[in-house]
Amino acid sequence: MGWHGKILRVDLSKGECKTEDLNKEWAQSYLGQRGLATKYLCEETDPKVDPLSPKNKLIFATGPLTGSMASTGGRYSVITKGPLTGCIACSNSGGYWGAELKFAGWDMVILEGKSKKPVYLFISDDEATLLPAGDLWGKTVWETEPAIKAQLQDPQIKISSIGRAGENGVLYAAVMNDLHRAAGRSGVGAVMGSKNLKAIAVRGTKGDKPNDPKAFMKAVDAGNKVLAENPVTGEGLPTFGTQVLMNVINEIGAMPTRNWREVQFEGAAQISGEAMREPRKSDGKANLVANNACFGCTIACGRISKMDEEHFTVKTRPEYWNASGGVEYEAAWALGSNTGVDDLEVLTFANFICNEDGFDPISFGSTVSAAMELYEMGAITKKDTGGIELTFGSAEALCTLAELTAKGEGFGKEIGLGSKRLCKKYGHPDLSMTVKGQEFPAYDARGIQGMGLTYATSNRGACHLRGYTVASEVLGIPEKTDPLETEGKAGLVKAFQDATAVVDSSGLCVFTTFAWSMEDIQPQIQAACEGDWSVDDLMLMGERIWNLERKYNLAAGMTAKDDTLPKRLLKEAGKTGPAKGKVNELGKMLPEYYELRGWTEEGVPTNKTLDRLTL
Amino acid sequence: MACSFEKEGAFNPTKSRIKVFNFHAEGRMVPYTCTQCAEAWCQHACPVDAIRLGETGAKEVVDVLCVGCKVCTIACPFGTINYNTSAGVVVKCDLCGGDPECAKACPTGAITYVDADWTGLERMRGYADKTAAEQPQA
Repeated sequence: MGWHGKILRVDLSKGECKTEDLNKEWAQSYLGQRGLATKYLCEETDPKVDPLSPKNKLIFATGPLTGSMASTGGRYSVITKGPLTGCIACSNSGGYWGAELKFAGWDMVILEGKSKKPVYLFISDDEATLLPAGDLWGKTVWETEPAIKAQLQDPQIKISSIGRAGENGVLYAAVMNDLHRAAGRSGVGAVMGSKNLKAIAVRGTKGDKPNDPKAFMKAVDAGNKVLAENPVTGEGLPTFGTQVLMNVINEIGAMPTRNWREVQFEGAAQISGEAMREPRKSDGKANLVANNACFGCTIACGRISKMDEEHFTVKTRPEYWNASGGVEYEAAWALGSNTGVDDLEVLTFANFICNEDGFDPISFGSTVSAAMELYEMGAITKKDTGGIELTFGSAEALCTLAELTAKGEGFGKEIGLGSKRLCKKYGHPDLSMTVKGQEFPAYDARGIQGMGLTYATSNRGACHLRGYTVASEVLGIPEKTDPLETEGKAGLVKAFQDATAVVDSSGLCVFTTFAWSMEDIQPQIQAACEGDWSVDDLMLMGERIWNLERKYNLAAGMTAKDDTLPKRLLKEAGKTGPAKGKVNELGKMLPEYYELRGWTEEGVPTNKTLDRLTL
Repeated sequence: MACSFEKEGAFNPTKSRIKVFNFHAEGRMVPYTCTQCAEAWCQHACPVDAIRLGETGAKEVVDVLCVGCKVCTIACPFGTINYNTSAGVVVKCDLCGGDPECAKACPTGAITYVDADWTGLERMRGYADKTAAEQPQA
């Protein structure tokens, strides 16, 4: 089946829910999830719309493999215009919510307008109802999920919701599901909050069937075997999670530290995946309790952590003593090395707060680190911070700001607007480590050259999940390239970007691509969906999706000038390690990239390119 | 999903004979299904004799005999036999005729299919090991 062929359209202004047929023609050209929802957004909204106005739309979309037995087939994406960047925003999440929506019989939910009062949407198979959420407003994600389950008298309901960060307009607020899975980046949660929508609760009992069950199960078995036998997906990720990277990236001198002033962190080992498994000195227990899988996943990279109950952050707060989502590599980096904090328990606590109130730890940690640099320079004073001593390495400052940001109080209000706005306000826009307004993830582009191009050209602002050339440049997947060289990187970035767009549109997790090539994915799509799908068709579709997003951003007002990196990465050389003396040489890669993409020197797709991609 | 796919022809965890419980606060997940009791209360309770002993030792529901009275669901102390509204009969684990799909699909070995006579062996070995360690060395 692949698709149910049914979408739910909710007009929040009128309080109406309507059923609509899925545009099958678009599904053949854009598959699902990221691609298909982008098509809907482009067709239905003006790219110049204010992201937080009722005219913006918010789409929750599954892919054809969501809710199937394909390994990792439980993903959904939230697509909208992002308030942090002004670009298209598309954030992807695992957990169980996406599969539940599919089991209820829907491919997609499109939310329009703005409710007058706080509401939540309840979908029970074919029925969709808007229910009052006045009593839920002001509650955290961790309070909202059990409250809705109790209210609806069904513990099996799956919930996607926003915490106080989304309500308070934190520009990088996330949409959270299953307590600690997040559609984390670009502020999709702030858009949800602006619509007065607290949550979408789903119960699905209808299930899902592939188009050709026999062929599908054969393809799934073959795929699972590849994942199990691969050292990254079969061993590294289940054992250490994404945190397997902490020591690796630090060693190659690509670990951004203290707002990217340095490229290696002296405390990396203390906050690494290995450290999470070691017994703590304080209580003899390890931070990590178990690894955890999202729906249908055979990799299980998720971290479940339990804090030291005597730790100063939680000593008097037993509500944080339970096991919950532990730090991933990105969170450990952004909250840790980027702020100079090397206490794993502090990072776990700050990460709990990010999950509990729904905001992106990458953007949050990076904004705090920018503020720390401004504070050390004297551009921000104690008067601005409300008395917080905002020095690098201050665990107290990090934890206090996490809670203030969630609540939208004091200096937390400014941290909640992201580093671009913060650095501009205090007179040092160059210190904002962002592209198109979105904070960088954990790979220094001086030590991994291809990532500089990935960041500069990413359609949702700085991001590693739009073209993860780290796989090739560091891990040697599919083949090893030199991270310090620029040659060939334009082609590499393009290939990764196009392939990732396909994976993000299918319902699968991009982590499968450590082991799977498009040859492993294609048979699963072919068997699950109606129609004919070849590897070439899929790659062309990835390119089509990429260009559609690009067109949206150009129409929203972005230009080639926005495809750049902060001065620090282009002018200030790395100080230690293999990247010592290196800057990112974006200028050498970008023109070649535009050419390979079939874009003009101004970064605009030519008519020929658009025709080729049937755009 | 493997269970519902085998038994109902669809990926649908709500129709699965095996359920996984999430003890979130402890960070643990536990799968649970029919224990195939030797003295099966569901079997005793059935007024139409629709639950029979299969070749594998599994208590199997004979769909054509089941009248959907649900008495067995009350009799079962573990809650592992359940009424399927769409089929109008009760459903329970039948060990897939000796080659259970759930065990085949499990990537981590959390679900295994082993001979019931040997289920205590590992625990015995573990305890023996502990006892051996506690013995004073000569």
